[in-house]
Amino acid sequence: MDMNAKKKLGLKEKYALMTRNLGWETTYEPMDKVFPQMDYEGIRIHDWDKWEDPFRLTMDAYWKYQAEKEKKLYAIIDAYAQNNGHLNVTDARYINALKIFLSAVPSLEYNAHRGFARLGREMRGVGPQVACQMQAIDEIRHAQTQIHSLSNYNKFYNGFHDWKHMNDRVWYLSVPKSFFEDACTCGPFEFIIAIGFSFEYVLTNLVFMPFISGAAYNGDLGAMTFGFSAQSDEARHMTLGLEVIKFMLEQDPANLPIIQRWIDKWTWRGVRLLTIVAMLMDYMLPKRVMSWKEAWEVYFEENGMALFNDLARYGIKVPDCAALIKKEKDHISHQAWNAFYTAGMITNFHTWLPSEDEMNWLSSKYPDSFDKYYRPRFEYYRQREKEGKRFYNKTLPMLCQVCQIPMLFTEGDDPTLISYRQIEHKGDKYHFCSDHCQHIFEHEPEKYVEAWLPAHQIYQGNCFAEGADPTAPGFDPLKSVLDYWHLDFGRDNLDFEGSEDQKNFAAWRQQATTN
Amino acid sequence: MQIDLRTVSIKPLRHTFDHVARRLGADKPASRYQEGTFDVQPSDNLQYRPTWDPEHELYDPARTQVVMKDWYAFKDPRQYYYGTYTMARARQQEAAEASFDFVETRGLAATLPPDLSRRALDVLVPLRHVAYGANLNNTAMCAYGYGTAITQPCMYQAMDQLGIAQYLTRIGLLLADASELEAGKSRWVGDGRWQGLRRYVENTLVLKDWFELFVAQNLVLDGLLFPLVYDQFIDKRVANEGGAPVSMVCAFMPDWFAETSRWVDASIKTAAAESPQNAQLLADWTSAWLLRATDALEPVATLALGEDAGPVFETVVDAFKARAGKLGLPL
Ligand SMILES: [Fe+2]
Ligand SMILES: [Fe+2]
Repeated sequence: MDMNAKKKLGLKEKYALMTRNLGWETTYEPMDKVFPQMDYEGIRIHDWDKWEDPFRLTMDAYWKYQAEKEKKLYAIIDAYAQNNGHLNVTDARYINALKIFLSAVPSLEYNAHRGFARLGREMRGVGPQVACQMQAIDEIRHAQTQIHSLSNYNKFYNGFHDWKHMNDRVWYLSVPKSFFEDACTCGPFEFIIAIGFSFEYVLTNLVFMPFISGAAYNGDLGAMTFGFSAQSDEARHMTLGLEVIKFMLEQDPANLPIIQRWIDKWTWRGVRLLTIVAMLMDYMLPKRVMSWKEAWEVYFEENGMALFNDLARYGIKVPDCAALIKKEKDHISHQAWNAFYTAGMITNFHTWLPSEDEMNWLSSKYPDSFDKYYRPRFEYYRQREKEGKRFYNKTLPMLCQVCQIPMLFTEGDDPTLISYRQIEHKGDKYHFCSDHCQHIFEHEPEKYVEAWLPAHQIYQGNCFAEGADPTAPGFDPLKSVLDYWHLDFGRDNLDFEGSEDQKNFAAWRQQATTN
Repeated sequence: MQIDLRTVSIKPLRHTFDHVARRLGADKPASRYQEGTFDVQPSDNLQYRPTWDPEHELYDPARTQVVMKDWYAFKDPRQYYYGTYTMARARQQEAAEASFDFVETRGLAATLPPDLSRRALDVLVPLRHVAYGANLNNTAMCAYGYGTAITQPCMYQAMDQLGIAQYLTRIGLLLADASELEAGKSRWVGDGRWQGLRRYVENTLVLKDWFELFVAQNLVLDGLLFPLVYDQFIDKRVANEGGAPVSMVCAFMPDWFAETSRWVDASIKTAAAESPQNAQLLADWTSAWLLRATDALEPVATLALGEDAGPVFETVVDAFKARAGKLGLPL
């Protein structure tokens, strides 16, 4: 056969043969039974062939590119560990941001991995199946590279040592946990709007920017490297998120209101989750990249709006919550740090008060709010510290039934009034941090009554150490809860000032910089 | 600010994470496979019921009848985490690429005896769809299985099967052209000789018990199909009849089968050794699917091997039964 006589295939044609042409209409089993999750959310897809592949990557190319990236990444991780790169960070306080990262993020990536595996199986078209499968395997990469990069920190610093156990139990970690488990328990179309669109596309820059740039600014080559390495996968994930939403909107006009509701819900869920990132940027990076407020303005108010404008032709509107978020951007990082500082006894990381310089930076970045509402609080706490009366909150906070964040946010128009909503459902009272969380609950109460709220569980006695007897004389409930969390009192928690981390870092750095 | 650090040796406070240390029995250095695998799946205080399966929790060991005291008893003998997995496959794809290149640049496809080329296409091209079914099935095992120790390699297996479907596609394009892929698909959908196998694949696509799916797909179907097609047909028959180039471009598949069988075997062995109930269950599944797989593959064996099909296929089935016996399955 003359090779040259063969019809030359275009890239698109060839990729179609490598993917969608592999599928067929089943007849021994009905297609609806092979893909049983396609209908129940009410999304209508008429023609899966209209799917445009957001990227064309065959497995051989995938293996090749990804292996290259892995080789480079692990070479850097190894060198970083070998050279005690951790002693290069600006200030040991920075390491506390990594403790939050490890306790929260690999589990999110892992949930994304399993969620995209489900979609990789359940989507009815081969094109989206393959794209979701690739994201599924990428996401386990992210979980593992994070664990492996931070493994070295665990060897030298406290708070990292039982991240997975803590992720399933510790109070504040139920915020990210419930976010992703919420998405994973959704139908396939909502999942992909939640994670593929709202999270990856609209909000991902707000997560990456502080971590990667923050790591770079603060001398953490290790974390910076896995961040950059993951971002090249992220580019693929973002195009998938966008393609999915366009595909769904183009398939049937009846999909629009369903999708709009999901966008509203998941933008709000995502923004609530980012509160901790806001705090990290403004309070935990010794060397600041930019303020949370600035990041929000660039990445959401400018870039995010451009995206929504692009989707306007389908009838998609900017989520209602954007108005409230605009008002909250002056406040949430301060409110969150205030909450964690006062909860410093029950955290797996250290807390501290911002220095005078840092407070001045905050004043300059938040001229309308910091000096008026937050500086006085921190000065008051400082005064108490000086008097030897460091303030710790000894009770458990009331949590929002949906986002699971303590009631720490204030009304959009009154930063002195806690925002608090309450409704009754089947004879029980439920509390919310906002109208938006309340609306999410009202739409699916049967789902959100299932929430595992740490504060409630503790008060119900479900979070004591194994074998503990709460009726025994001298039973110390707080200590027992910390034991249940595997939190090492005095080493993982309390102030940075005077901590083992602080002392070790200073001693090791001195050892490494003097002769 | 980059400060100059002298290389000093500082004593670590601990060697690994506590959950890993608990599994190792002590705080000692752990491998990347262990740290990237042990307990990584959320397991406690799960929030909300899945809307797609309200009978179960999000991660629920009860999605299979196999019962394990500890789902992290499964070990991948290859110790694959994402990094080692992709690096291993990158090396293999490089070798495969070299083979395709070798055959293509020398125009070796054109030197094949036409009837041999025809027979190779008849057998290999419809197998694209079998590999795609295996891709979906392993993706399902990852999605619905329990514990990273076993779900993680299922995801790798899924992507491998997609890779195999794509290599088979390239072989079709190399030996013929795109119309051959369409013709192969028509045979897959309509030709009587493929219907048994298609029925088998479609039946597995609706299996609800993910461990039974593991048995039906990774142990039984692949356990017969790969030795039959790649060892007996391609590497022995086709290669001997002047089809060495075909055997070259197929090399990924038998190598892959030999490697992944180590993992499949280890997983079955672990589950069977856990309890006599598990062993019985796995044996029952294996027997039932073996019967169906033999029926389904017989016409494919005939298509490939003509009148020798009977005895050759019998050796394949016997070898499979011996393998199952070694894994602790009383068939
Ligand atoms: Fe990720
Ligand atoms: Fe809330």
